[in-house]
Amino acid sequence: MSETELTERELHDVQVAEVITPLTVASAAVEGAGQRMPRQSSRRGIRALMPRWSGKLAIGLGLLTAIVAFGVAGPWFTQDPRDSDNPSLQPPSPEHLLGTTKLGYDVLAQLAQGTQGSLMVGVIAGLIALGLSIVFGILAGYLGGWGDETLSLVTNIMLVIPGLPLVMVIATYFPARSWLLVAFVLGITSWAGSAVVLRAQTRSLRSRDYVSAARVAGERAPRVILVEVLPNLLPLLAAQFLFAIIFAILGEAGLSYLGLGATDSITWGTILNDAQTGQALGTGAWWWFVPPGLLIALLGCGLALINFSIDEIINPKLRIAPENARRQRKAAKAGRGIAGPGLPTATTTTAEGISA
Amino acid sequence: MKFYARRITFYLVTLWATISLNFLLPRLMPGNPADIIIAKMQRQGEVSDTTIRNIQLMLGTGGDEPLLEQYFAYWGRLLHGDLGISVTKYPAPVAELIASALPWTIILVGVATVISFVLGILIGAWVGWKRGTWVDHLVPSTTVLQSIPYFWLALVLVAIFAVNLRWFPIVGGYDVFDFPAGPEWSWAFFVDAVEHATLPAITIVLSSVGGWLFGMRNMMVSTLSEDHIVTAEAKGLRPRRILTAYAARNAAIPSIAGFSITLGFVVAGSIVMEQVFTYPGVGKLMFQAVQNNDYALMQGVFLVITITVLAANFIMDLVYGFIDPRARHNV
Repeated sequence: MSETELTERELHDVQVAEVITPLTVASAAVEGAGQRMPRQSSRRGIRALMPRWSGKLAIGLGLLTAIVAFGVAGPWFTQDPRDSDNPSLQPPSPEHLLGTTKLGYDVLAQLAQGTQGSLMVGVIAGLIALGLSIVFGILAGYLGGWGDETLSLVTNIMLVIPGLPLVMVIATYFPARSWLLVAFVLGITSWAGSAVVLRAQTRSLRSRDYVSAARVAGERAPRVILVEVLPNLLPLLAAQFLFAIIFAILGEAGLSYLGLGATDSITWGTILNDAQTGQALGTGAWWWFVPPGLLIALLGCGLALINFSIDEIINPKLRIAPENARRQRKAAKAGRGIAGPGLPTATTTTAEGISA
Repeated sequence: MKFYARRITFYLVTLWATISLNFLLPRLMPGNPADIIIAKMQRQGEVSDTTIRNIQLMLGTGGDEPLLEQYFAYWGRLLHGDLGISVTKYPAPVAELIASALPWTIILVGVATVISFVLGILIGAWVGWKRGTWVDHLVPSTTVLQSIPYFWLALVLVAIFAVNLRWFPIVGGYDVFDFPAGPEWSWAFFVDAVEHATLPAITIVLSSVGGWLFGMRNMMVSTLSEDHIVTAEAKGLRPRRILTAYAARNAAIPSIAGFSITLGFVVAGSIVMEQVFTYPGVGKLMFQAVQNNDYALMQGVFLVITITVLAANFIMDLVYGFIDPRARHNV
């Protein structure tokens, strides 16, 4: 977990608990102060948990906003996605911006409706996966002992059982599938990876002094988890939620492509499935099967770019190390470096200290 | 030794859980799968009483036989290697169908995964080493590759390289007109099979390399700011030696430990992808089973896929225990 970014919170908690264990607290405070990089000093409280503004984050948020806006507002401006009065298999034209399908549906209208469907499946499945990973990850990490053993065993079993084949098996037993059912099944089969990471982080947080202090002060377990542990895991949880969304959307697309998706709604996957059964590939109807896949890729890309920014909070080394390497290279160019032109090192502070 | 004992116990428990899940699923679900299958078979011809009995053992009787008794009978059948009879290709036994499809998938996915893993680790180590340079801007593009659905990438590749450019065959695992008798042990067949497997393999490598690369790069960046790297630099070791012996070796460990997470992705992706290429592997078999409500075949395929994934993970665990002594001692 991010040691540098957590110091603000740790210091705060440590000050609160100072009465109880002054000795350890003092050493923790010194440690915390020592860990803090000079650049972080301006970022306090909740702002320390927010991503820094960067080009990557801007592009990611832009992509996400555009796609969500298209899904929410799109269906209002396009024709009925189930209106088959149009001529079939028309290439893109001013009348049908993305052409029509074999059955005469307008592809743009289908895409707008499909965006809505896929996003809803993604968000619901993401929420379910998030909830389960919190229960199995944080609880296991916090409890330790037998509770941990049992919960971890379930997590590890779910981790190695391949998810999609299991989802396929479950889906086959339901002749009619609502999008909620699909989201539910995707959610309950995709939480294990996050739970493993959360458990490891919780275990490391649990042994911090400020958590021990809260426990010694007589706080109950639920309060310690919610107030002391959970806030420090927020960036990680956000990253995992975004990851779960894209995982569920990819899973839904694959499932629908095989004809096992929701039977009551249009999603990106069902459009691709229609394109497959309608021989879009053989007839060269690229406007039918390219846009849905492209949207999935763009959404995934947008969410991943946001995750990059979050990653740099969770693991500050990812941000600090390249920055340091860059600074040192600049210094070497200006003739101030000690390492010469060759090696990028991560020890800017010492290098700067000597050269200054 | 305790490390290996623990891992083996874990995989045995997982295997038991999978098989029990396979037993419970059809019994928990609405409807009566066994009756549907028996009705389907009867439309295709005479069905013997033993067959009916076997299907009921597999999918639930609908009668009032105690669940525990059904469970033991189910295990009995399984231990005899009997996975039931397929409806899709009646009366072929499921085990035989899977046995003929499994090598295709294992070789394709196995070779593609190894290529992708090695490529990802090597490029990831290099990109991590070059941190703070222009190479950093390439890192986000790997996630684009990762977010592309396997089957969609396959569709696009087929449209470009097979339909338009005609560089690769469009469908199948081998040319059925050149080899009407099926697979054979000859050089010509091998070349033909490789030609057919190239595009599917490229699909898998392109879609999965990003994950390995990204993970390795991040670990590399973290490892390079550790004290032992500074010490190595201070000793005046050559950069190449620091890169290979000090940084990359340590940074690669989590990639091996996290193998199971990524392998799950690859297996899921290739199942759907096989459908695009009509590749004669287990993915296509699974798809046929699902389309025809062939529950016995479907469950057999699921079981075999899971066991294969477990085996791959077990091997990686052994490798992990071998290269990282901490894993063996901190049990």
